[in-house]
Amino acid sequence: MKKYTYTEKQDTRSGFGAGLAELGRTNPNVVALCADLIGSLKMEKFIEENPERFFQIGIAEANMMGIAAGLTIGGKIPFTGTFANFSTGRVYDQIRQSIAYSNKNVKICASHAGLTLGEDGATHQILEDIGLMKMLPGMTVINTCDYNQTKAATIAIADHQGPVYLRFGRPKVPIFTDADQKFEIGKAVQLTEGTDVTIVATGHLVWEALQASEALEEKGISAEVINIHTIKPLDKNAILKSVKKTGCIVTAEEHNYLGGLGESVARVLSENLPTPQEFIATHDTFGESGTPEQLMEKYGLNSSAIVKAVTKVLERK
Amino acid sequence: MPNIKELEEFATQVRRDIVRMVHAVNSGHPGGSLGCVEFFTALYKDVMCYSTDFKMDGKGEDLFFLSNGHISPVYYSVLARSGFFPVSELATFRLINTRLQGHPTTHEGLPGVRIASGSLGQGMSVAIGAAQAKKLNNDDSIVYSLHGDGELQEGQNWEAIMYAAGKNVDNLISTIDYNGQQIDGATKDVLPMGDLKAKFEAFGWDVLEVEKGNDIEAVIAGLKEAKSRTGKGKPVCILLHTVMGNGVDFMMHTHAWHGKAPNDEQLALALEQNPETLGDY
Repeated sequence: MKKYTYTEKQDTRSGFGAGLAELGRTNPNVVALCADLIGSLKMEKFIEENPERFFQIGIAEANMMGIAAGLTIGGKIPFTGTFANFSTGRVYDQIRQSIAYSNKNVKICASHAGLTLGEDGATHQILEDIGLMKMLPGMTVINTCDYNQTKAATIAIADHQGPVYLRFGRPKVPIFTDADQKFEIGKAVQLTEGTDVTIVATGHLVWEALQASEALEEKGISAEVINIHTIKPLDKNAILKSVKKTGCIVTAEEHNYLGGLGESVARVLSENLPTPQEFIATHDTFGESGTPEQLMEKYGLNSSAIVKAVTKVLERK
Repeated sequence: MPNIKELEEFATQVRRDIVRMVHAVNSGHPGGSLGCVEFFTALYKDVMCYSTDFKMDGKGEDLFFLSNGHISPVYYSVLARSGFFPVSELATFRLINTRLQGHPTTHEGLPGVRIASGSLGQGMSVAIGAAQAKKLNNDDSIVYSLHGDGELQEGQNWEAIMYAAGKNVDNLISTIDYNGQQIDGATKDVLPMGDLKAKFEAFGWDVLEVEKGNDIEAVIAGLKEAKSRTGKGKPVCILLHTVMGNGVDFMMHTHAWHGKAPNDEQLALALEQNPETLGDY
């Protein structure tokens, strides 16, 4: 089985900042907007190099989404930056009418998604955003796993015509994907080959899935790990091809099991190839304060939880 | 100078279109539509520079955004009669498979419309974004927007009002349809909004009032005055005093016709008061 290692940890939001800075140099139509969270979103470099293409909106996310929609009318490609909670739930109707229904080319870039925001607690953590965004017709939904993939995704979405929700996070996590990767929206990335179980993971859970697969190998269980960075449109062929071989699946995400990646996978399977599935996700709950590691342990979102879920799903085969 | 008589004939035909469209599908919003006929006529027949060869980016053109999307009948009638799409298409208003949806949208590709509106309070933010894009593109044309007075109860407006002044968006003219009515009654009874002129000024806008918002000459003069005040560091607000239901006597001075269609008899009466000028659709 292919082994993944890392030499450095970095936050995915810094990958966004680096990707945005590169877009600033290569694409004159890219503009950026922020609702008073420049440092948290790592947007400083873009602003330093392109002050005329940056819009500081202040603490007014609804206005930010509307202004972004308006900027597209003049041919601009706006990237909005704030926390995932304030990028989605707070402004759902603005996104729905002014961006999604109006088919505006806005890139909604959301940091501090999920529990790993940590100590700030449930008011700032959001575990419902993937569901909110994937239900909007025409919206592309992406959740990246490390610095390199987030940078590549940020650059790639500028070339995609239409609204995109790009979700990433706050903590420093291992960098294990290639720096020069080609990011294809809607295309799953198979990380390991396996025969006993498929593990489909997104975001911070991808590294945990790889850790789990190594622990499983020691127990003689062969896991196929797939990195689903794009939740919508979902690469259903990659999922079906894998479960045809393995016969069972575990999905893993830093999100509520209602409305998340797991439900999208379950729909694909029930329509095409009913397969035993276990869900690594939060179970209809809010988060709370704590360190990211403590929270991921308490809510069952780490490699040991994935190993347990695999054991359970194997029994259901 | 525009030919006022011709513009008044145009406005009369638009009023006919509005009541006929709403009557035909027994739904829609005639009251606010009728109150804004002179505003739309002035804007599209005299004040704005635009091309009817519709392009979404509108580079080099003045742009208009309707925030209170429920007054779609007046918008559609004026767009059609200004050459954006065939006048005959007004007959499809609110019907299945139409481009003339209940509330305006880009979704079906109707020429002249650049944003969906209907869920209230969002249009000023969009207009600001379009105005900012014009500045980036070194395009010195103007962005116009229209908002209901009751619509200002939506909080997003005040985020936008604060931003537009704070960031010197001075290529924007936002007009408030100041008719004092909303669905549930008079705005002063539903939620008193205080002194709107003082509020806009306190936020840093240049505000002018047009007392005769249903007098085409007065509306044109107001819009031209507003245009002369652009480019001076402040966004410009027009408080346009209108009468809801204007031009159809039994619909005037009441909120009752906000979202109600006339019956056959009422339609006949309304049309009698507004004789055909340019030909019905």
